[in-house]
Amino acid sequence: MSSITSRDAPRGFSFAEYMTCLTGIVWREGLRFLHQRERFVSALVRPLVWLFIFAAGFRQVLGISIIPPYETYILYEVYIAPGLMAMIQLFNGMQSSLSMVYDREMGNMRTLLVSPLPRGFLLFCKLLAGTAVSLLQVYAFLLIAWFWDITPPSSGYLTVLPALILSGLMLGSLGMLISSGIKQLENFAGVMNFVIFPMFFASSALYPLWRVQEGSPYLYYLCEANPFTHAVELIRFALYGQVNWISLAVVASCTIVFMIGAILAYDPSRGLARRGPAGGEG
Amino acid sequence: MTSPAPIAEPRESAPKLDPAAVPALSIDAVSHAYGQRRALMDVSFNVQPASFTALLGLNGAGKSTLFSLITRLFGIQSGRVGIFGHDVSKSPGEALRLLGVVFQPRTLDLDLSLTQNLLYHAALHGISRREAAARSAELLGRIGLSERAGSKVRDLSGGQMRRLEIARALLHRPRLLLLDEPTVGLDVKARADIISHVRQLVTEQGIGVLWATHLFDEIMAGDDLVVLHQGKVLAQGPMNRVITEAGAQDVNTAFMRLTGAQTMPGGGA
Repeated sequence: MSSITSRDAPRGFSFAEYMTCLTGIVWREGLRFLHQRERFVSALVRPLVWLFIFAAGFRQVLGISIIPPYETYILYEVYIAPGLMAMIQLFNGMQSSLSMVYDREMGNMRTLLVSPLPRGFLLFCKLLAGTAVSLLQVYAFLLIAWFWDITPPSSGYLTVLPALILSGLMLGSLGMLISSGIKQLENFAGVMNFVIFPMFFASSALYPLWRVQEGSPYLYYLCEANPFTHAVELIRFALYGQVNWISLAVVASCTIVFMIGAILAYDPSRGLARRGPAGGEG
Repeated sequence: MTSPAPIAEPRESAPKLDPAAVPALSIDAVSHAYGQRRALMDVSFNVQPASFTALLGLNGAGKSTLFSLITRLFGIQSGRVGIFGHDVSKSPGEALRLLGVVFQPRTLDLDLSLTQNLLYHAALHGISRREAAARSAELLGRIGLSERAGSKVRDLSGGQMRRLEIARALLHRPRLLLLDEPTVGLDVKARADIISHVRQLVTEQGIGVLWATHLFDEIMAGDDLVVLHQGKVLAQGPMNRVITEAGAQDVNTAFMRLTGAQTMPGGGA
């Protein structure tokens, strides 16, 4: 074979090209989401069931003392709202990441990855797009919750945004890392049992950690080590215009670690291999 | 329906070098294995600019694996893949910029409109919104789907979807086009349309085409042929030479002789 000589000098990609690509990916993800009404409805029903039924039932059982960032006694519904916001992102992140690694979105991943831009950047855009979708869900939830007397200060709706973006990225990258790295977690039921439920229950989403500590110190340490706890606390404080610096540090570092891991571990051949003959020789 | 007009822009600048010097696609000693199973063994061939190269092989021959390697979907385990001289592993950006691809499974967003699908693809290539809108409108006109621009892709026929996918693959004006069994599942008319459409791209736009198929009647005299069987290239060269060297009269017989296949799967000519 003749030696390969290059005809054109490499010209790389401009910042504008990167931005066009990023907005295009987010735009498409948003469009697709708006077309999937069932997905939107089920993403909303889940936290609302917790809010309307679970929280109403537990209101009498759990008294919440005054803990930061709250300045007064609060209803249990008010306490779990940030946890439910994080739960929306947890489900969304796991769902979209799983579909990136396995079959359902494989066709779309093919088109995405044929883009000449660096693969790591493309995956980052995809995670950001998933986060954008989770923001739509969270704000729809907040709107409904407002009628349920969960009324954070109006500036809180704005200050919570950066927290939600960061937590959304963390949970999306975690989802991608897990689905790429652990072969057994190839379906959503597995992820629910082994990732979503443990993360959700061993966190401060449903109960303040000082209460957990009274019951079981070990569980308390587990909750403290759970990145999801810190996502919840980051959102909780941000919703009231405050910064929980420890949570911010934990969530930011976890986002970086999970995202780098996820990009390195992402292997499209895994999703394609399972398609069998229909998707190629596999 | 008349067969669609070619949909790529004419090249503004002629290639600076002799086209034969830099192949549109060069596959150089490529091997690939899935664990123990070897899917490709020491595969080498070139696709020249402005040529139609048919990659002929049965299901399981390794065609889709090869496509996944060329599009850098899979990492290259050994060997080299070059697109107009750009190594896919070392400078994937420069290589993929020159490549358009139509995968065998449909990869359109069914719930999005035709235009939205094209705009998304353009964004993936960093093409600005305004430029992308202009190119999309023009391409839709050329494939005769202007009036459907705002409809959902879901409402198109199989043949129309394929044409849209080809238009999409040409949106960033690539110089090499890969098509992985693009006519599978289409009726006779739609198949003929797609084939003549792609052939026009070769003759009129000078695009190099690699067309993977197991349907012999899609190959014409004058095409280059690469026969891939169980991961190995059994023969390659101009179609007539491959047939003669196999001591056969037609592609079908030549393929059977080369592979020793007893029966052909459905669809063979």
